[in-house]
Amino acid sequence: MDRRANAPLMLAILAAVLAFLYVPISVLVALSFNESGLPTVWRGVSLRWYAALWHNSDILSAAANTLKVALVSTAIATALGTLLALGVEQRRRRGRALEALIFAPMIIPDIVLAIALLSFFSLAGITMGLHTIIMAHVVFNLAFVCSVVRARLKSFDWSIVEASQDLGASGLTTLRRVVLPVLMPAVIAGALLAFTLSVDEFIIAFFTAGAGRASTTLPMQIFAMIRFGVTPEINALAALVMGVSLIALTLAQRLNRGGMVAP
Amino acid sequence: MTTPAPLLSLRGLSKSFGRVAAVRDLTLDVAGNEFFALLGASGSGKTTLLRMLAGFETPDTGQILLDGQDIARVAPNRRPVNLMFQSYALFPHMSVRANIAYGLEMERRPRAEIADRVAGMLSVIELDGLADRRPDQLSGGQRQRVALARALIKRPRLLLLDEPLGALDKKLRAAMQLELKRLQHEVGITFIVVTHDQDEALVMADRIAIMKDGRLLQCGTPHEVYEHPVDRFAADFIGVMNFIDAGGGRTLAIRPERIRLFPDTADTTTDGRVIARAYHGLDLQLHVQTALSPRPLLVRLTSDAADRRPVAEGDAVTLGWNHADTRTFTEENAR
Amino acid sequence: MRQAKSLALMAPALAWLFALMVVPCALILALAFFRRGIYGGVEYTFTLENLALVFDPLYAGIFLHSARIAGLAALIAVILGYSAAYAIASMPRRYQPALLFIAVLPFWSNYLIRTYAWIVLLNREGLITQGLRVLGYEGEAPSLLYTEGAVITGLVYNYLPFVILATYAPLARLNPEIAEASRDLGASGWTTFRRVTLPLTLPGVVAGGVFVFVLSIGNFVTPALLGGGQFQMIGNVVYAQFLTANDWPFGAALSMVLIALMTGLLMLQTLASDRATGGATGGPQDG
Repeated sequence: MDRRANAPLMLAILAAVLAFLYVPISVLVALSFNESGLPTVWRGVSLRWYAALWHNSDILSAAANTLKVALVSTAIATALGTLLALGVEQRRRRGRALEALIFAPMIIPDIVLAIALLSFFSLAGITMGLHTIIMAHVVFNLAFVCSVVRARLKSFDWSIVEASQDLGASGLTTLRRVVLPVLMPAVIAGALLAFTLSVDEFIIAFFTAGAGRASTTLPMQIFAMIRFGVTPEINALAALVMGVSLIALTLAQRLNRGGMVAP
Repeated sequence: MTTPAPLLSLRGLSKSFGRVAAVRDLTLDVAGNEFFALLGASGSGKTTLLRMLAGFETPDTGQILLDGQDIARVAPNRRPVNLMFQSYALFPHMSVRANIAYGLEMERRPRAEIADRVAGMLSVIELDGLADRRPDQLSGGQRQRVALARALIKRPRLLLLDEPLGALDKKLRAAMQLELKRLQHEVGITFIVVTHDQDEALVMADRIAIMKDGRLLQCGTPHEVYEHPVDRFAADFIGVMNFIDAGGGRTLAIRPERIRLFPDTADTTTDGRVIARAYHGLDLQLHVQTALSPRPLLVRLTSDAADRRPVAEGDAVTLGWNHADTRTFTEENAR
Repeated sequence: MRQAKSLALMAPALAWLFALMVVPCALILALAFFRRGIYGGVEYTFTLENLALVFDPLYAGIFLHSARIAGLAALIAVILGYSAAYAIASMPRRYQPALLFIAVLPFWSNYLIRTYAWIVLLNREGLITQGLRVLGYEGEAPSLLYTEGAVITGLVYNYLPFVILATYAPLARLNPEIAEASRDLGASGWTTFRRVTLPLTLPGVVAGGVFVFVLSIGNFVTPALLGGGQFQMIGNVVYAQFLTANDWPFGAALSMVLIALMTGLLMLQTLASDRATGGATGGPQDG
């Protein structure tokens, strides 16, 4: 393209789009530090709304639930997703059906998976709670872990596996001593990605949580709060959640240079 | 001076990128109908110069006079100059025919005329049968011809070719060198070819300009630049040259084919030993260690001459040459 | 031997996907053909009533309305996203990865929070209204929240980074010499964009647009939060059938039509991008 001639125009477009993307969330973060708690009255920087979060037992228990869901579903998804990636990449021929099955959880709209699981759990007579959220989260998490690990396996030199076996190692030893160490950065990146997705996931959790407050996750709590309007606590909570996602994402990005920028 | 005004005249052209000077104060004339080669290593500024001629870079200072008009700041789509890109840059979503017609459509020519001229051009490049193919269905040589046709059909005052044969294999390349030259005669358009391949420049061009560090080092006919290089760099860049330290900061240069084996008469003779021998079909190349220089001298014999007096590795030989065949470079023009 | 090992490695994950994705999705398809029980629940007798009800003017209207909103959101997101991607691709190469990262980063914050940010901006006492006051506006505060505009803004905002990603990739792969060749042959910058750059990057543009449309039409969070229940989108209706009205078979029928629509669009898009000159983005062409 005619790069130089349009440089000012291009910069203007980019600045406008980035402003559109960043102004709303920046305003939110700024307001979370506003002592006054009113969006229009600035009374100096304060952490009082963050402190208020700490005393809100609903939020604390929701955060604890989210952490449980994210940790357990990430652990299961990381194990299953890594094995899946290893199995798939070993095959010489991969049918379209297999690829579709593996990709489907990433592209099925959340609402579809959510209602499907809701119907399934209730018709199968499974009482819903944190465990059903976990089961549901593993479905899409394992697909994401698998895709990150597969990306790494594409450049994997399979001859080192043969070298290990040639040197007398069994299949399992080779997996443990050779394959996994090489894959570890991708596995960890995949796990961080899964963790982030799980922490943020709302729709599927909302449908599979069952009745009662006991299994409310943080996004569900946020949804409930938002419906009743703007409060300074939500601002603080929102800023906090964004901060955590940002840290996890940066870590994942560092571990897995190139590759993934999008969910 | 009564020579006719040149078609293209570059006057004090300079271009820098940041702190790097790509082209420095370059002045050069190209006549109408000439096949002109810009020869240089990568980073010599030849591509920047070509892009300034095409309009993709604007010179910092200087003029580009085409038919006496300064076009240095004219947009690329408004210049009677066309470029054949190194990657060919064929439009992958268009057929061969649509690629070739594109430039005429931009001139808003009548449909009938476009169809006519495209058909004519297709037969010139002998691709009549492939007009509806997409570029990715063509071979490298075919793509090259489409790229050429696409630029030529606009009948530019000046056709620029960026490493036109660079993507082709060796055999095809040799054939296309002659083909390009024939085509240039036929269409009567001035060609400026950028190349890093000195053989290509020698074979195709009427005149060659050697560029180094953004400057014009030497400009002349292939014969002139081969036989009378202005300095050691030019001598080394074009063809193969033996350099012998002649003392007092002077270097003697002689082409391998000018050195004779066991000469009857010669201005200078020296003894040496053959340390390597390589047969190339057309000629035989010998590496001969002499007392004149630490590096062995390269000697090229025609197969004929080699047959008359066979030599083997390890043989003692006498080499000789005439002063008229040597060039002497002093310190100032040594680099 | 190798196949068997591969199967063993894949088995746990595939079993999980089968039990918790394939079976539930098949169940939804089946549910659509059963009758609703008297007290909610499902009565297992075959019927086409649910599917017929989907095409009842009331629900067909909601479908069309949702499609209109999703279509507008997709169109705006594609225009903004493609412009941004084009701008990024025109920057010096060494800055491009960082710029892309910055443009996509908001995608990683929580969807609800990104939507909430617009509530903060748009509500009656929000910053935009206050801004208007500062500029001297005295009258009734305009109602920005709970409008169709707010929903579309929210959808565009949430999915814009996705379009940037989808359109940047083909733009970055495009050999810059191809656009230069067009200029060299006499085309203006605009003509070059229309005849060369856009056609060659169209698959990415279509992919971005289809994804925004598909994600928007089934969305219920954004209409619920930014539309404030003022008008219904198909996602909200599905939501209601499952969580409040308790008419699962009808909810399943609605979802089935929705899924069919989405799958159809995605397949069309794949087909279109396959047909658009097999991988022709004009990289170095070696034969």
